[in-house]
Amino acid sequence: MVEKRRFGNLVPHLILLVGVSIVAFPVYLAFVASTHDAATIANGQMQPVPGPHFLENYYRTIFVGTSSSTREPVGTMMLNSFVMAMGIALGKILISIISAYAVVYFRFPFRMTAFWIIFVTLMLPVEVRIYPTYKIVADLGLIDTYAGLTMPLVASATGTLLFRQFFMTIPDELLEASKIDGAGAFRFFKDTVLPLSITTIAALFVIQFIYGWNQYLWPLLITTKDNMQTIVIGIKKMIVTQDALTEWQLAMATAVLAMLPPVVVVVLMQRLFVKGLVETEK
Amino acid sequence: MAEVVLKDVRKTYAGGVEAVKGVSLDIPDGGFCVLVGPSGCGKSTLLRMIAGLETITAGSVAIGPRVVNDVEPADRDIAMVFQNYALYPHMSVYDNMAYGLKNRGTPKDEIDKRVKEAARILAIESFLARKPRALSGGQRQRVAMGRAIVRKPQVFLFDEPLSNLDAKLRVQMRVEIKRLQRALGVTSVYVTHDQVEAMTLSDKLVVMNAGNVEQVGLPNDVYKRPASRFVATFIGSPPMNIVPGIVEGDGRVAVGGHMLAVADMAPGLAPGTVLDVGLRPEDLEVSGGPGIRLPVDFVEELGATQLFHGKLDGAEMVVQAPTGAITSDTRQLTLTIDAAKVHLFDRDTGARRGR
Repeated sequence: MVEKRRFGNLVPHLILLVGVSIVAFPVYLAFVASTHDAATIANGQMQPVPGPHFLENYYRTIFVGTSSSTREPVGTMMLNSFVMAMGIALGKILISIISAYAVVYFRFPFRMTAFWIIFVTLMLPVEVRIYPTYKIVADLGLIDTYAGLTMPLVASATGTLLFRQFFMTIPDELLEASKIDGAGAFRFFKDTVLPLSITTIAALFVIQFIYGWNQYLWPLLITTKDNMQTIVIGIKKMIVTQDALTEWQLAMATAVLAMLPPVVVVVLMQRLFVKGLVETEK
Repeated sequence: MAEVVLKDVRKTYAGGVEAVKGVSLDIPDGGFCVLVGPSGCGKSTLLRMIAGLETITAGSVAIGPRVVNDVEPADRDIAMVFQNYALYPHMSVYDNMAYGLKNRGTPKDEIDKRVKEAARILAIESFLARKPRALSGGQRQRVAMGRAIVRKPQVFLFDEPLSNLDAKLRVQMRVEIKRLQRALGVTSVYVTHDQVEAMTLSDKLVVMNAGNVEQVGLPNDVYKRPASRFVATFIGSPPMNIVPGIVEGDGRVAVGGHMLAVADMAPGLAPGTVLDVGLRPEDLEVSGGPGIRLPVDFVEELGATQLFHGKLDGAEMVVQAPTGAITSDTRQLTLTIDAAKVHLFDRDTGARRGR
């Protein structure tokens, strides 16, 4: 269906442009606000063009921190968020690829039971089981540690399901050919399953990194020290201040910084990510 | 090189389904054995038991002097070619062929030598560096065979290797497989549901049905003297006509009101016994005198030959004749057949009622 219309692409483009500007405008505004000084913003004199304090504001945000609410520099928070997001993404890939491999390729008693138990955890996200989870993590003495931040979020079924579905599409003959070629369970995993799973791993990594980076409720509960808090918590604390003026320029700089890593991950891995979700050729 | 000996091999699946019901088979060293039968007859299961991909419920499988029932597939010294080729999609053609050798710790230069040699034999040298997805079906099939050859196994196992190819390529690859097997002299077991492949490739043809071996023999013997009605209708294209007949006396059967002389007939069959009479479409001849009268419903033109379709006593009947031998608008044929080419089968068991 190829229609030649002179302005054929104009209307769809206009609609898309309107959509993009609706989404992008607040982001732009946040960036503009992060380049003005506090007084300009507080007085409502901010112009919709970037101001002169870009370097100063970002330097203060990353290396010094705000003067009131949370005194940690955002650099520390970003590191925490990064560790947490990477820990969740990699931890999840690791345990889910192994568990899916076990469920798909090994015949052991209660195999399907094991699978369904994993499956059921999908219905119990962190928010639902937050109290018992908190209790366990606290009893283990993991409050204010990276382990406490990441572990409870690593344990969930999404990755296992994704890998299981992918493994089911690998033809049985490949396994049989490997067997005849003298590859055991580990070699088959390393030489065949893993290389074939690269795109799926990439897709899962992108999803889980962003999921981990954007976590709010769990870090809020499990971190008490300022130097363990994540950037998302940081933004929240900067905005709600009882005894001082909110330093909007710093809060906005933090927000912009908080957006960067997920954007970088998506941009870098976009091609693999899309392939991993749509690829059918095995 | 080794012979393959199966002794009363059985396979019962967990659900109680019996896929292979006691098969004994002796494949000589260097022989080409083809297992043929309809889907679900157990031929693939049997092959997979030889490969070690299925456990053996009862009986024994021996490759050479060694019983391999509990030997891992990798240690049975076999190589298998799969229907969908089962090439590793992420490895180059070279690596696909080298993988099995690598896993066995074969030295690098030896691997290189063998892969290059196999590639030369199969004429796939020019795409050793490519990935399987960049190859056509026929080329993939060659790579799959190359993977089997480099291992220099004692037995080749083929699981319907040509089913995914188009008709023309299938004929070509069939010839190549035969030539290759002759040249290498490796004992081969080949599974197919295509009776043409079975006839042309095998020097030992095994016809299977419902988990049992119906007949084992040279392809020509199986064709000329089928042991049962099942084999008779399975081997040969178009399939053998089966029409009811009544025993008239020793060596005489009435079909469609006409008396046929039968060379191969079990002694002591009481006159009046109803039998199934098998008549191959290509064996039937138009008679000048008396014969079986067959009203023709329609004619199929196959180029070199014509197929005349009709019904005799309610049974479908086909007559094959070279184009032009019978005029296409014939409404009725009067047919005779050589006494040696009449096959008799029991109505109930389907077993051959010959001497």
